[in-house]
Amino acid sequence: MGQVKSVVRVQREDFDLTREVQALRQGDAGVGAVAVFVGTVRDVNEGSGVSTLTLEHYPGMTESALEDIAAQAHQRWRLNGTLIIHRYGELQPCDQIVLVAVTSAHRGDAFAACEFIMDFLKTRAPFWKKEQTPSGTRWVDARQADDEAAARWDESPPSTARAPSSPTG
Amino acid sequence: MKLTILYFASLRETLGIERESVEIPAEIVTIGALRNWLRQRGGAWAESLAEGRAVRMALNRQLAGAESPLVDGAEVAFFPPVTGG
Repeated sequence: MGQVKSVVRVQREDFDLTREVQALRQGDAGVGAVAVFVGTVRDVNEGSGVSTLTLEHYPGMTESALEDIAAQAHQRWRLNGTLIIHRYGELQPCDQIVLVAVTSAHRGDAFAACEFIMDFLKTRAPFWKKEQTPSGTRWVDARQADDEAAARWDESPPSTARAPSSPTG
Repeated sequence: MKLTILYFASLRETLGIERESVEIPAEIVTIGALRNWLRQRGGAWAESLAEGRAVRMALNRQLAGAESPLVDGAEVAFFPPVTGG
């Protein structure tokens, strides 16, 4: 198994999924699974059309919050690598917003860690969305469902979360 | 004690300020107490930092609870619940 990778990037530019995943697993023959999540901009939210989405963040804190979330994932599961890319600035419907990619020997750890990172990112990383709708701009409200999704990881301590060793493959 | 305070997203817009340097009275020792102290500015401050409002706080770029102790020269931030991802 190669060296464990943990990469975090906060950027205005778009990202290339294929290239990023390739770089993450480059030369690591211990990797047997890659789980990837990409979040994209929808053109409808809360019943209104959305023409532009602007993402604000807290430079300095954002990076350390994401690094902390990745570190927790590495503690909970056996991972070869994690990559988190989050964009900020002005985005249009269909644009990519966020990429989380996780590599591990087996899929169970990769799937779980990918979901964990997204759940924690949603509730702990300092990003805020503002939407342009036909009736003006509005800040997106935090959703209770996101808090609940993050909270369920508290119920299972790291040892348990890691225990159900997944089927190989 | 001297602090830098940052405001983000809807809170930044409502308060009309992005960052400020403040000298706070000696009796303000926690981030929660700082929030109460800022509320005394009245108007939008009283309303948007009110007790029941969902306001998140960070101390030196780490999420912080109301009881977190302030330190001289710290960077404090107030913002609404996050909505990234």
